[in-house]
Amino acid sequence: MTVISVEGLKTHFLTRAGVVRAVDGVSFSLDRGEVMGLVGESGSGKSVTGFSIIGLVDAPGKIVDGSIFFHGDDLSKLSARQMQALRGSRIAMIFQDPMMTLNPVLRIDTQMIEAIRAHEKVSRKEAWTRARDGLAQVGIPSPEQRLRAYPHQLSGGMRQRVAIAIAFLNNPDLLIADEPTTALDVTIQAQIVHVAQKLCRERGTALIWITHDLAVVAGLADRIAVMYAGRIVEAGDTDDVIDHPRHPYTVGLLGSVPSANQRGQRLTQIPGMTPNMLALPEGCAFRDRCTHSDNQCSKAPQVSTDERGHAIRCFHPQYVKTPA
Amino acid sequence: MTAFIIRRLLQAVLVVFLMSGIVFFGVNVIGDPVDMLISPDADQDEIARTIEALGLDRPIGEQYLYFLKGVATGDFGKSFIFGEPALKLILQHMPATVELALLSLLMAIVFGIPLGLYAGLYPDRKVSKGIVAGSILGFSLPTFWVGLMMIMLFAVILGWLPSTGRGDTAVFLGIESSLWTRDGLSHLFLPALNLALTNISLVIRLTRAGVREAMHQDYIKFARAKGLPESRVISVHLMKNILIPIVTVLGLEFGGLLAFSVVTESIFAWPGMGKLLIDSLLQLDRPVVVAYLMIIVLFFVVINLVVDILYSILDPRVRLRDQGA
Repeated sequence: MTVISVEGLKTHFLTRAGVVRAVDGVSFSLDRGEVMGLVGESGSGKSVTGFSIIGLVDAPGKIVDGSIFFHGDDLSKLSARQMQALRGSRIAMIFQDPMMTLNPVLRIDTQMIEAIRAHEKVSRKEAWTRARDGLAQVGIPSPEQRLRAYPHQLSGGMRQRVAIAIAFLNNPDLLIADEPTTALDVTIQAQIVHVAQKLCRERGTALIWITHDLAVVAGLADRIAVMYAGRIVEAGDTDDVIDHPRHPYTVGLLGSVPSANQRGQRLTQIPGMTPNMLALPEGCAFRDRCTHSDNQCSKAPQVSTDERGHAIRCFHPQYVKTPA
Repeated sequence: MTAFIIRRLLQAVLVVFLMSGIVFFGVNVIGDPVDMLISPDADQDEIARTIEALGLDRPIGEQYLYFLKGVATGDFGKSFIFGEPALKLILQHMPATVELALLSLLMAIVFGIPLGLYAGLYPDRKVSKGIVAGSILGFSLPTFWVGLMMIMLFAVILGWLPSTGRGDTAVFLGIESSLWTRDGLSHLFLPALNLALTNISLVIRLTRAGVREAMHQDYIKFARAKGLPESRVISVHLMKNILIPIVTVLGLEFGGLLAFSVVTESIFAWPGMGKLLIDSLLQLDRPVVVAYLMIIVLFFVVINLVVDILYSILDPRVRLRDQGA
C-alpha cells in the first residue's frame, strides 16, 4: 500500500539574486514500512524535499509544481488547518541537531504532552503516561525523571531519542528523518539508527532517511535515492545502488567512503565544488565535475530505468563493481 | 539561592555606603548652601548662627561621621530648606513617582510587545515598517519636546486631558494612589506615556529582533512539525524564549524610570521624587540629595536582584549560584 507518492515535485526559492531550484522535479513513492535513504551533498535539495512533504518550506521557498499524494490525497489541496492536523500525527519529522530541536526553556514533559494533546482530546494524565511509555520505548532509562528534565540536562544522543519518541507519540504513517545522526558521534549514531529502525518496523511506519552518509543508509534503507542539484540522479534497491552504481556521481560518492577492502589505497575524490544553485550548467548539472561528460551532456538526460527498477539520469551509465 | 540573595543584599549595603560618601563630599564641593538659605541682607551673626544650626561649622569629615551615625539609627538628617527629615520628604514624593513609573512600564509592555511581535512576524508588511520607523522616532525625539507637544495637542488644542499636576488620590488596599481615581488617571496618562515612549520603542526593537532570530530556530520548526497550532508555537515556544532579554532590559529600565524621570516630572509639574531631586540639587539641599541617591542605589540593587530571579525562572539553563565563595 502506497503511503506517500511524490510526483515531479519542484520547490523553488525566489530570492533577490535569482530563482534557486532547490528541488527540481523529484519523484518517488514509499509503501508502508518501507525505508528510503535520500542521499546527497549539502544543498542538493534533500532537506527541502522533506520540508516540502510536511508543508514547512520557509519563505521565500515555494512548491511551484508537482504533487504529493499521502494515502492518495493530494496534500496541496488541503487547507492549512488540515495540514496542521496531519503534521505530527500522520507525518512526523525529526531534525539534524538535537541540541536545537527541543525548546530549551520547556521541560520534556511539556513538549511531549503538547504533541499528543494537539491531535487528540486526552487528559493530561493519560498524555503523561503515553509520554513516559514513549521515552521508555526509545531506550531512555528512568523516563519519569527525564520527563521533568530540561533539554540542556540531557546529552545529544538522549535528546535525539526524545525527538524520536516525540515523533512516534501519535504513531505516524511516515517519518521524515533529516540527517538525525549527523551531529552525533559514531557509536551514538548506530544506536539512534537502531532505535528509529526498530520503531518503524514495529509500527509499519514508512521512513525517509535524509543523509549525506552512504554508510548509514547502506545498512538501514530498502531503497536509496541519490540527489544532486535538486534532482534524483540515481535510485534503486540499496544493494543495486551500493554494489552497482550507474551514475558517475554515485560512483564518486561510493569511492570516497573508506572501507576495509581498500586499505592502503587513496580514497578517490569527486573533483570540483558543490554547484552554485543560482548558476547551474545547462543540461546535466553534474557535467562540470564529471570525468565522462561530453557534448551530449549539455542536454538534460532523461530518467532511464532497467528491469530491476534501478533508475538513473545519465547518458553514460557506469558498470563498475564497488568493492564490498 | 538564599545564600545568593543574602550576599547580594550585603553587597548592596557596601554600594550604598560608598555612594553616600561620594555624594556627601561631592555636593559639598559644588557650593555653599548657606548662600541660598540666607537673605542677602543678613548680618554676620545671623550667618554664623545658621551655619552652626546646620552643623556646617564642623570639618567635613566630622560632618560625614555624624551623618553616618544618624543613618545607622534611620535618621538621614533634616532638609536645609524645609527643615523636615530628608527621608520623610522623599517618602512623601515617592508614591507619585512609583505610580508614574509603574504605569509607564505597563505601557511599554502592553504596547511594545504586541507591536514588536507583529513587526517581527510580518517584517515585509507596510504596517511593520511603520512600526519600526515609529520606534526610531520614539528613541530619537527628545523627551521634553515630545512632552511639550503632547501637552499642546491633548491638553491645549483637543482639551481631552489635563496638562499638569497630579489628580485626586484614593486609598485602595491601604495604598493611597491616583491610579484608583478617574481624575488621577487622566492626570497620569500623559506623563506616563511621555516617559514610556523610549521604552516602548526599546521593547518593540527587542521583541522584533528576538522574533526574527527565533523564528528560524529548529525548535520552532520542530514545534510546527509536531502539528501544534500556530498560536501555541508563538505564545509558548517563541515568547518564552524571547522574553529573557526583554525582562532583563525592562528591569533595568524600571530603575531608570524611578530614579531619573526628572525631565518628564518637571514638564508635567508632577510632584514626584525626580522633581524633588532637581529642586534639592539647585538649592544644594545636601541631606535630601544624599538620602535620595542612597535610596535609588538600593532600588537598583533590589531590581537587579528581582531580574536575576525572574531570569532563572524564565531560563532553566540559568541557576543562581553564589559565585563569591
